[in-house]
Amino acid sequence: MSTNTEFRTCPTTGLKVDLAAEKLIKANAVAAVIFLAIGGLFGLLVALTRWPEVHLLPADWFYLALTAHGLDVLLVWIIFFEMAVLYFASAILLNSRIAGPRWAWTGFGLMLVGALLTNVVVLQGGSSVMFTSYVPLKAEPGFYLGIILFAVGALIGCAVFFGTLVVARRERTYKGSIPLVTFGALTAAIIAVFTIASGAIILIPTLLWSVGLVSNIDPLLYKTIWWAMGHSSQQINVSAHVAIWYAIAAITFGARPLSEKVSRTAFLMYILFLQLASAHHMLAEPGFSSEWKIFNTSYAMYLAVLGSMVHGMTVPGSIEAAQRSRGLNKGMFEWLRKAPWGNPAFAGMFMSLVFFGFIGGISGVVMGTEQINLIMHNTLYVPGHFHGTVVAGTTLAFMAITYYLVPLVFRRELRFMKLARLQPYLFGIGAAGISVFMMGAGTLGVSRRHWDMQFADAILPFDYPSAAFLMMGLNGMFAVLAAVGGVAFIVVVVASVFFGRKLGVDEKPSYPEVPPQAAVVAEHGSADSLKIPGTTMLVAIFFIAFVLYYFVNWKYLSEVWPLS
Amino acid sequence: MAITPPSERNWWKLPIARVELTWIIIAFVWGLFMFFMMIYWHGAGEQNLSNEAYKIKPEQFAAKTQAMIEAHTVRQESGFPVVRPPAGSDVYLTGRLFNWWPILELEKDQSYRLHLSSVDVQHGFSLQPININLQVHPGYEMVVTVKPDQAGEYGIVCNEFCGIGHHLMVGKLYVVE
Amino acid sequence: MTEEHKSEDQQGTPDDEQLPFMQRLLDNPFLLLFLGIAVPTVFYIIWGIMEITQIPIAD
Repeated sequence: MSTNTEFRTCPTTGLKVDLAAEKLIKANAVAAVIFLAIGGLFGLLVALTRWPEVHLLPADWFYLALTAHGLDVLLVWIIFFEMAVLYFASAILLNSRIAGPRWAWTGFGLMLVGALLTNVVVLQGGSSVMFTSYVPLKAEPGFYLGIILFAVGALIGCAVFFGTLVVARRERTYKGSIPLVTFGALTAAIIAVFTIASGAIILIPTLLWSVGLVSNIDPLLYKTIWWAMGHSSQQINVSAHVAIWYAIAAITFGARPLSEKVSRTAFLMYILFLQLASAHHMLAEPGFSSEWKIFNTSYAMYLAVLGSMVHGMTVPGSIEAAQRSRGLNKGMFEWLRKAPWGNPAFAGMFMSLVFFGFIGGISGVVMGTEQINLIMHNTLYVPGHFHGTVVAGTTLAFMAITYYLVPLVFRRELRFMKLARLQPYLFGIGAAGISVFMMGAGTLGVSRRHWDMQFADAILPFDYPSAAFLMMGLNGMFAVLAAVGGVAFIVVVVASVFFGRKLGVDEKPSYPEVPPQAAVVAEHGSADSLKIPGTTMLVAIFFIAFVLYYFVNWKYLSEVWPLS
Repeated sequence: MAITPPSERNWWKLPIARVELTWIIIAFVWGLFMFFMMIYWHGAGEQNLSNEAYKIKPEQFAAKTQAMIEAHTVRQESGFPVVRPPAGSDVYLTGRLFNWWPILELEKDQSYRLHLSSVDVQHGFSLQPININLQVHPGYEMVVTVKPDQAGEYGIVCNEFCGIGHHLMVGKLYVVE
Repeated sequence: MTEEHKSEDQQGTPDDEQLPFMQRLLDNPFLLLFLGIAVPTVFYIIWGIMEITQIPIAD
């Protein structure tokens, strides 16, 4: 056990920062952003190809780009960033040294090697099997090997996180319970362990199959276990970005959770039930009973959705309470109108909250309804939904917290602040547009993962309605907007991290401004006096939208052919 | 704050604000409603996915499809047999690289037992423009009872990536009066 | 029942003794880890695999 851990004290927050943990956070965040740039570029190529008037790539390159896009952003970018979040939420927020930094570096190395290997193999062209690599489509062995190495590396990262929790408790670096944000990170880490283990369980035999040592992998079994990884990995995101919402609310406003009990129980619902939603991908498959489908697709009677709906109130509610305690009390929405919309961390966080709830959340529950899935399965509605969750939700939240990580962890002043202020809007509105228009195209039947919606070379012709072509054109335009926002993010982060002014040891950065009187604000929120009418209104609007959209889709379903 | 340990040691004992509690109850009841809605639709709704499925060897399924084609082909179209099986019968549709085989011709308002399977990789059965979407696995045969209620010409798009010719994989289905 | 015992075993500090069961559960990362893996493994994976293996063979 190393006793010569070096710490510094953060001049902004007063937290004790383990320098080894700080280096790990930096490395993982940098790797994450690099793969976001690569994956985002592939995503732009995909969107430009699906824009019928542009139709950029030839078919083979399209399927290659789509495979790489899925891998790099759905797995590599988010998990690298989540490793940074785990180390931050454990070592830094608990004032602790990180457990086993060498192990953490080993994990990082494995993840990096695995991610690079899979990317290289995909670029060689023989592994355009999509991110899901459904058997019996076969990729090169290196494709599976890379993902397995990446998964093992991430598993080590999770172990370091749990180890750090143990170290912090044993060395009494904090009093009482872990902070709520750390609890959210713990939720993410628990789901990550299940995710990564599932991935290893199914991809190791698939690797053996691809080199000829195993003769057959059952496609239905593969798909079931693969989605225990594929969907749960996005549930890591949900937990991590909700934790980040709470963190940004705390750093920006000094906001205190309305109720620790409620917020933590909401996370507990995630821990127990969120991963069951892997069944969303199995609703149109042969052979599963409706009992299995209904129980799993509903996250055990929607208890995990309950968790999300609770966070959807408590996060803005805690901000409203903090703002009101500062005197922004006029009417229903002064607290929101006078929120720091020019602070990219807040703007990104709040848009992430709204888009995740209204676009990603509602569509996910509707699409995950056993019967309604019939009219959406494998259409563009599916990527429409998960761009609402993973891009407009998770990625936007991760970008938002990065604006705090750069000055607080990288110890550099942000550069191009004007561009940074604009960035969340460019990216957020772009991502929201992508989601909405893909969902629209999916409602009109357009297939996902498809090179040519005009079927120009097919023997038997078929035409989608012209509105579908309009949707795909709009999708392309909003993808360009999101890409501009993505480039802006990369420019700001790279410029700041490598060329930003270095902050002195005890120097407070000018951004972020941590609110004065954080201690006073922390006193708000006693159960009797809590007044959050603005949040109540937002939640009511959300609920009405949810209910209406839910029934509209039952109506659509009732119009298709009877089948049983 | 959310980034610091709770200030009260025993935070579980603290009361919950009424507005929060109200929302929790509404959200919980709504969740229950959505859960029971799926069960309700199994009884009251007309669109439910069958759970009838079998394990089957690809060549066995291809043979069943072929037997139907030989018995009920009424014409040819672009190299595809157009098959008009009797109302109420078992009809077979094979997904394969890169077409849906054969073209089926069904009667409006008649029920058919539609058997779906693949002889190679996974495909996606996407009946357009009605927008019914089912996953088709090799080695598994799904049986769905369908009752087309609108006459017309339908496309069957493959909506699961199946290889480089994926976007060429379009089938056809006729519903006649 | 066994869960309660486990959580007591893992935290021995005297001031934790009076804390409510739910708070002690939420303060115990390894018990949560166990639950978070067990629930989806049982309901999604094991039950799902049982469903697949029970699919009859076509005649």
